[in-house]
Amino acid sequence: MKRFSQYVALAAYMVFLAFPLAWLLSTALKTPREMASTDPAWIPDDPTLANFTAAFTEQDLVGAAVRSLIVALASALLTVVLALPAAYAMARIRGALSRVATGWVLVSQVFPFILIIIPLFMVLRNLELTNTLAGVVVVHVTFTLPFALWMLQGYVRAVPRELEEAAAVDGAGRLRSIVSVVAPLLAPGVVATLLFSFISSWNEFLFALVVLKDPDVMTLPLMLARFTGPEGVARLGPLAAASLMATIPSLIFFAIIQRRLKSGLMAGAVKG
Amino acid sequence: MTATATRPPKQDTPARRAARGKQARDTLVLMLPALVPVLLFSVGPLLYGMALAFTDAKAGRNVTYSFIGFDNFTRLFEDSDFWQSMLVGLIWAVSVTVLTFLLGLGLALLLNEKLRFRGVGRVLAVVPWAMPPVVIGLMWRLVYHADAGILNGILGTEIDWLADFTFVLPAIILMGVWSGMPQTTVVLLAGLQNVPAELYEAGKIDGAGTWQRFRNITLPQLKPVIVAITSLDFVWNFNQFTLVYVLTQGGPGGRTRLPMLFAYEEAFRYGRFGSAAAFGLTIMVVVLALLGVYLWRQMREASS
Repeated sequence: MKRFSQYVALAAYMVFLAFPLAWLLSTALKTPREMASTDPAWIPDDPTLANFTAAFTEQDLVGAAVRSLIVALASALLTVVLALPAAYAMARIRGALSRVATGWVLVSQVFPFILIIIPLFMVLRNLELTNTLAGVVVVHVTFTLPFALWMLQGYVRAVPRELEEAAAVDGAGRLRSIVSVVAPLLAPGVVATLLFSFISSWNEFLFALVVLKDPDVMTLPLMLARFTGPEGVARLGPLAAASLMATIPSLIFFAIIQRRLKSGLMAGAVKG
Repeated sequence: MTATATRPPKQDTPARRAARGKQARDTLVLMLPALVPVLLFSVGPLLYGMALAFTDAKAGRNVTYSFIGFDNFTRLFEDSDFWQSMLVGLIWAVSVTVLTFLLGLGLALLLNEKLRFRGVGRVLAVVPWAMPPVVIGLMWRLVYHADAGILNGILGTEIDWLADFTFVLPAIILMGVWSGMPQTTVVLLAGLQNVPAELYEAGKIDGAGTWQRFRNITLPQLKPVIVAITSLDFVWNFNQFTLVYVLTQGGPGGRTRLPMLFAYEEAFRYGRFGSAAAFGLTIMVVVLALLGVYLWRQMREASS
């Protein structure tokens, strides 16, 4: 009896979590004619992939996706390159600076964005970086850096210090021991951080909204948000199709880190 | 006592000082690449932003602005839109945080049991987390759509959910819970898995029922995780922007204008930078105060 009610509860949760997703998929597969019908159905009468092809031609979504890709790649690489040495210092060298850095990582979670984004916008304007992809990269790096730092220093901590000491005994200098001992062990952590930074940037909306004003520089989330409007239901199909495609990179990311999530990467985040 | 007395006094030899100096230099060199952008693009702007709150700064290039003391704050506090936005923000943040926690705890407890299909459950529980916030907003627009939406189809109603003064707030809260549940569930699940199994065995031997074991073992063990995730959820929810901006843009009639939407409009639609900064500062104080009271109460409870 207890088991049974547990299954009922689990099923209820699954329905709640799945129904908007199922509806998104259903909408993406419907013809414009069916969209216009007043009695929406779960299963499309005449499933079509036309919405997906329409999404490609509509409103330069492909261009927006390419721009998003450039921004996300640049942000991810830059974030990790900047964060890696600092993460190493935070994990290995005790000192006031490391403690301040850790404090900043925590504090940065609490600030309302508006306090930073207004002056940051003014700085970017002075540097002639508003309305450019470079400007968005700067903002994304700035806002991903704290969490990336925190992630990376966790991975550095996981590499046993003894290995470095052993390398030192064998006559390797600090740099040498980092390159040939720490780096290979750190690689999975670096990849995870790269992916995290990539997805943060790929998904990010608000900062891009503030920095980018012209449609021909807009990233994918901005383009998608512009998609809807008073034009009516005819365009909901392509919108749903484009939304699904925009989710693919993050889905791949989560598929990769699923195991880590379960084994408590995020649990560590709160137990700190 | 004796241990401290017999320990050799720390001598600040030149060699030791040199070693410490070298270490500090190493730290600085390693930190520098991250430090420069953080100082230039976060700490600096943050301080500047706080200062802007006391000026009449406006959007636009080469606009001169001057110090006006607390004028921005007094004007804000006289603005009924400000109070409405704060109220909406509090209702939203508290309801979403509490509901997310309760539903997330329920799901985490289920996924922690040895049930069939729990693998599917775990995957499905993470999917909303993997979706871009813009897509989540658009998806719920499709669900709530008056003509082509499924909600009216299921309920047999003809309500324009996102234009209705009564239903719009519950509607966005439902979306907030849906999108916040995965992370909360995963964190709570990880917490549950860290509760030592021996405690439950001991509880069983002592004859404690399921409910008693939950109350006296699970909840106290989970407490630190619960406090951490609800605090974070509250801050994140209070600062939420994208989901609601995409779904309703704050409408109808400001019924869903969360604090960050208000601030965004103030700054980038009306160009009142000073006023928006004052608003941001207010939000920060409110969030820190609420968080401080909450954490302080939790800690006092824990120590007593």
